[in-house]
Amino acid sequence: MAARKLAITGGRVIDPAQGIDRIADVLISNGKVIGIAEVSSDNGHDGYEVIDAAGMIVTPGFVDLHTHLRDPGQEWKETISTGTRAAAHGGFTTVCAMPNTDPVQDSASVVLDVIRRSAADGVVRVLPIGAISVGQHGKQLAPMGELADAGVIGFSDDGIPVADANLMRQALAYSVEVDLPIINHAEDKKIGAGGVMSAGLVATRLGLAGVPSEAETAMVTRDLQLAELTGARLHIPHISTVGSIAALRAAKDRGVDVTAEVTPHHLTLNDEWIFGLKGVVPEQVGRESYDTNTKVNPPLRSRADVDAVIEALSEGLIDIIATDHAPHAETDKVCTYDEAAHGINVLETAFSSVFELVGGSKISLNRLIESLTASPAKILNRDLGSLKQGFSADVAIIDPTSKWVVNPQEFISKSANSPLDGVELTGRVVRTIYQGETVFDMVTSAGARA
Amino acid sequence: MTNPTTTTVGNGAATESTPPQVPAPDAVDVTAVPREHLLDLDDLTVGEITELLDSAEGMLEITGRDIRKTPALRGKTIITMFFENSTRTRVSFEQAGKILGADVINVTASASSVSKGESLLNTVKTLQAMPIDALVIRHPHSGAPYFVSNHTDASVINAGDGTHAHPTQSLLDLFTVRNHVGEIAGKKIAIVGDVLYSRVARSDILAFQKMGADVTVSCPNTLLPDEWKLGSTLGDETGFGGLKLARSVDEAVDGADVVMALRIQQERQEAGHLPSLREYSDRWGINSTRLAVANEGALLMHPGPMNEGVEISSEVAHGAQSVVEEQVRNGVAVRMAVLYKLCAPGKSTRIGNGDEAQTQA
Repeated sequence: MAARKLAITGGRVIDPAQGIDRIADVLISNGKVIGIAEVSSDNGHDGYEVIDAAGMIVTPGFVDLHTHLRDPGQEWKETISTGTRAAAHGGFTTVCAMPNTDPVQDSASVVLDVIRRSAADGVVRVLPIGAISVGQHGKQLAPMGELADAGVIGFSDDGIPVADANLMRQALAYSVEVDLPIINHAEDKKIGAGGVMSAGLVATRLGLAGVPSEAETAMVTRDLQLAELTGARLHIPHISTVGSIAALRAAKDRGVDVTAEVTPHHLTLNDEWIFGLKGVVPEQVGRESYDTNTKVNPPLRSRADVDAVIEALSEGLIDIIATDHAPHAETDKVCTYDEAAHGINVLETAFSSVFELVGGSKISLNRLIESLTASPAKILNRDLGSLKQGFSADVAIIDPTSKWVVNPQEFISKSANSPLDGVELTGRVVRTIYQGETVFDMVTSAGARA
Repeated sequence: MTNPTTTTVGNGAATESTPPQVPAPDAVDVTAVPREHLLDLDDLTVGEITELLDSAEGMLEITGRDIRKTPALRGKTIITMFFENSTRTRVSFEQAGKILGADVINVTASASSVSKGESLLNTVKTLQAMPIDALVIRHPHSGAPYFVSNHTDASVINAGDGTHAHPTQSLLDLFTVRNHVGEIAGKKIAIVGDVLYSRVARSDILAFQKMGADVTVSCPNTLLPDEWKLGSTLGDETGFGGLKLARSVDEAVDGADVVMALRIQQERQEAGHLPSLREYSDRWGINSTRLAVANEGALLMHPGPMNEGVEISSEVAHGAQSVVEEQVRNGVAVRMAVLYKLCAPGKSTRIGNGDEAQTQA
């Protein structure tokens, strides 16, 4: 293949890893970034294909540390093909695939299969996460060395917390050798057993069993202590409570090797959304209440928790935004709230929903982009999430003024389980480039199921 | 999407002691009558509740006749769909429908056979394909009747959903109290029992507060929502504004006009909420000593089924102040009023629909 040269011209280039935020041209050749150049006066770069990005924001492609591709095992919900295309639609060029597949990603053979098929069927980079325990059963450590050799970027039993404190201790200690993070869904299932949403006024009014936020805080606190004991790398997924944040702050102050992520929904939605009126609290419980698309674990929390995670992300205490993209079929959500599956379909609304926080002056645009690019790349310890010379040419082009109304039926994802159905958002990824090739272009494939 | 608020209800027809004759089939375009539901009492106005209670007076008279049958709902089909065990509520609805002349079909579905949402959806869609007018549903999951109401054209009546609501129980409790004390407003209601898991508690608190009563609850702190603090009075933001959370059962019962004991389930002990039923009975059980703390002649109520000797002593359960059996009897009348309101063809008033343009007298 002949050298392919691409110039993305005239956009506001934001690359937090390099401290860049200026109008510039991004030059790409052979799938790699050549450099960031001053805007050429005649908008011409000899031999380059030009993408005019005037008025746009140009950033490194987003990196998602927490994605459920459902493949293998639940291909009716999502596949590597649809999931990576949904990622591209949302500006993500790297997704880390959670191991709660069927079979579980607890052996090299499953991990290698995911890697092989991702290369064949995917349109963005897929980095698998291995299980902590065999079968995610929480009994016996998975072969973490074998999994590391196969290419996993960390270990997690995903939605199943490692309840056994000793197993968690051993997992952390064992992981030190391979220097990969342990990612534990922190929830003491005994506290608030049977809960389907966050405990509080809304749960009481709806008669739904509530899980107190302390169920998360308690296990986050335990995990931080064990990370300190072992010196291992701990990554806290989808942190969501005031108490967890306080524990995280104290641990970071002590020098514990910990990072944390927060999801777009925990940054933007609270438990009042379960009334089904997009955050409006009604006088009466209505037929739109019990919106199963709001059911997620950790559950949507209180306003105070939402304010706390925004502030913690803004100041960098919470390191990154990760989607916890969790596609589910219609039958998993068209049912009672108790029966509904946990999870929200996030990839294609992620950037736009958190971009609202910039509009509301709750976080700087640079920090927001950093939390989607440079910061997750740093946790992965890979040459990703930046437009540095020689890096993979992974780029997201964003129209910051585009207004659009979320219609989950138009998602490229195989599933449509989004509580943002019908919500108007401002700012949208309009083009995504992976290794120098366009993998999503609003102009040519808006709404199409590729 | 929002719940319209009805401000006025005034059609006097339902207050007549005998329901009007069924109009000729061609006189009413049934398809033009929007179906409405009874999901909880929170979206009913005081006027609507009063109208239903007034209507139940007439229904009660019918239930006392030698020949308990009216043609008011002749040709109507009511399905009761119970996903939880129940005797009194199901039979009560069945009798209410039959006295009004409707065809009542009882569907008993164990919760286990519908543990998947698509099964409930498909069950409802299957029933929906048949000509039915009302669907009475009891389900172990909070919100299930709301879900069902979005997938059927029939009127949905909530006969108890999870730990959320039990509106017809509350209507019959209001009806029973009103029959004894007249004006509910200003009366003190003490509810003693498992507030956390009780749909009766939730609906009764809302109902009695709506009618102007002063409601106090007492129970072990483990059976209150975490955010409800013993010794406090709830604010409006809770949806139960004004509810008092007594520190002791005597504090709750003191000066009460109505004392309501709620059923305590054995599984609360197993789940660690209670040391033992014995201790519960000792500290929260309603007996003659505790009842004596209430106002003289206070009513003793229980939604049933009773655990005599646990939350209520046999002595008071069957004593002079007990209206427990009356509650059951009134249940039929109240459910007749509800079914009549929702199913009677051509009626211009409907429950909770907020369509005030049609409801002006």
